[in-house]
Amino acid sequence: MSAAVVEHDDHDDHHDDDHDHGPAKGLLRWIVTTNHKDIGTLYLLFALAMFFVGGSMAMVIRAELFEPGLQFVDPAFFNSMTTMHALVMVFGAVMPAFVGLANWQIPLMIGAADMALPRMNNMSFWMLVAGVLLLASTLFMEGGAPNGGWTLYPPLVLQPITVGKALPFAIFSVHLLGISSIMGAINIIATILNMRAPAMRLMDMPLFVWTWLITAFLLIAVMPVFAGAVTMLLTDKFFHTSFFNAAGGGDPVLYEHIFWFFGHPEVYIMILPTFGVASTIIPVFARKPLFGYASMVWATASIAFLSFIVWAHHMFTVGMPIAGELYFMYATMIIAVPTGVKVFNWTATMWKGAMTFETPMLFSIAFVVLFTMGGFTGLMMAIAPADFQYHDTYFIVAHFHYTLVPASIFILMAAGYFWLPKWTGHMYNEKIGQLHFWLSAISVNILFFPQHFLGLAGMPRRIPDYAIQFADWNMISSIGGFIFGASQLLFLYIVVDTIKGGTGEKVTAEVWEDAAKHGLEWTLPSPVPYHTWTTPPTTVPTEHVLDTH
Amino acid sequence: MTEELSKKHTKLVRILVLVAISMFGFGYALVPIYDVLCQWKWIERDRPDDIKQVSEAAYKVDMDREITVEFLTTLNESTPMEFHPEVKQLKVHPGEYHTVNFYAENKANKVIVVRAIASFSPALTSSYFEKTQCFCFSEQTFQPKEIKTMPMRFVINPELPVSYKTITLSYTFFDNTEKSVNK
Repeated sequence: MSAAVVEHDDHDDHHDDDHDHGPAKGLLRWIVTTNHKDIGTLYLLFALAMFFVGGSMAMVIRAELFEPGLQFVDPAFFNSMTTMHALVMVFGAVMPAFVGLANWQIPLMIGAADMALPRMNNMSFWMLVAGVLLLASTLFMEGGAPNGGWTLYPPLVLQPITVGKALPFAIFSVHLLGISSIMGAINIIATILNMRAPAMRLMDMPLFVWTWLITAFLLIAVMPVFAGAVTMLLTDKFFHTSFFNAAGGGDPVLYEHIFWFFGHPEVYIMILPTFGVASTIIPVFARKPLFGYASMVWATASIAFLSFIVWAHHMFTVGMPIAGELYFMYATMIIAVPTGVKVFNWTATMWKGAMTFETPMLFSIAFVVLFTMGGFTGLMMAIAPADFQYHDTYFIVAHFHYTLVPASIFILMAAGYFWLPKWTGHMYNEKIGQLHFWLSAISVNILFFPQHFLGLAGMPRRIPDYAIQFADWNMISSIGGFIFGASQLLFLYIVVDTIKGGTGEKVTAEVWEDAAKHGLEWTLPSPVPYHTWTTPPTTVPTEHVLDTH
Repeated sequence: MTEELSKKHTKLVRILVLVAISMFGFGYALVPIYDVLCQWKWIERDRPDDIKQVSEAAYKVDMDREITVEFLTTLNESTPMEFHPEVKQLKVHPGEYHTVNFYAENKANKVIVVRAIASFSPALTSSYFEKTQCFCFSEQTFQPKEIKTMPMRFVINPELPVSYKTITLSYTFFDNTEKSVNK
């Protein structure tokens, strides 16, 4: 076991190196910084803020759905909330949070001094902020924020009643967010391919790095397609084109095809890095190498490839010929194979491991269980004839929330608990962490599980009012929602508390027992110095890839 | 950063930017690709423009079955027109030819350009409903206050599965004046 006893050059030894100083003083540091750790922090904090903004919108939705009838908001505003909640959570919270983790962790994990293109890195962060602000500004416009759903389907989204003044702003916001993600992705690919420590071969890379490499390629491939689709919406509305306009010989169904050609890889953009973090955390707390490293890499690549050829399962009800329905049905089901490989690998990693259950591990185990449930409902909807029943009901809402909240969001929480001590040098409060976990894990099920029943009973999504037979489960779901929402304030508290000093316990370089066997970042001191790996490590830990050597 | 590394970065970034730009182009290329896939009937059964005129074929009339054909008309975006079929319902035998007239009147003092888009319910019947003459194939220009009687001649292919008893054919007039004028 080459547990990388890497002699790290303490940065104090390098007074002659003009790069080797601490961060700039004052607020300007955060605006002009090109340090990957600073930018990672900016991304993570911004994502956390957006998580609460998007979460508040979800609270408005659950409050309105607490009882049948219209109580708090008018229907148009309700529809704005569902639309904006989705856009903010996808483009403002989950994606930036993973980019933040990538910024912090990839250079540490591969032994690089910084990201490959530090200035572009700064630019992609601030472009993200601009994009999200532009999107948020539509909330205050005449006619309100976009309310035709985050998928922006024409003709609805182009009709005067839903457009208001907001549509072009939302579209330009998507352009900015797209450019920002593409720049981030290019940076990540360049860092991983060109800046790995010489000792680290591709098949030595930690899985988080692997999953992000593949995700970055997905981003570059599909974000431009989405940009194209919304540009067509823009020209249809304002420049007399007829891509989607039936009167001019266009076809609104075309938009759905283009959108989901982007949209399906997009959902894997949000889940693949999740897989990477889970594969990083579980071995540490199971005290075993990751089971099936190579199969994990290949499964990730297969999922990424398959994501390009299954898009029309989002639109089974659109009137496809039977051959198309069958093709998209079977192709979609094949994805369960590599995903199953992953779930079994995580389970096998834990098998007979000397497991302990600190907060990051708890969140990771909950992820494995609950994500699997989300995956199974996905399989149910892959069955084309059955999908006609589930389509556009609360069943799909339950499905994708299971794959996003107790999966991506839980793993982001786990990543926070796992790496915050490393980043800050302070230990978080384990008791509050565990409380946060149990409250979240229980309430997320109270929140989303009843939505399966609502969907199967036929409650449509995106409506502010509903028939009274749906009342009970909606009330239970809302109660779960309020508990879940409130519990997240604990996470906010822990993050702030840990940054300010946490429990006061001094953490070691490894933080977690024997963590240095699993990843390079744990061979660095805690807190991680401002500049790291100015000389690349000469050996890399290979415990995680034992079975490939 | 060493010069060698910086060269490697430049090369890689160039390739990746090129990929991103070509994927933007690919988004637009999906428009014609989609048309082709639709013609091959791979990903969509019928498109508005897909309902082509066919020449009259001599079918054996199936006197044992009677299909109810219903006609619906809609004006999109409150176009100032009158548009309705002369009969709302017709009972036909598969294989028999019928002509139905649609009445359309421009009530405004301006030229209106519309296109009729057809839609079938149940959708699966559309491929058995053959039109030999229709106003729906192209844009229709209406002079101010112009009245038109527009014939639609059709036959139901006797191969229509027996489970179908009623076919509803709906036409929507989409106002395309603005876009046609600005083209």
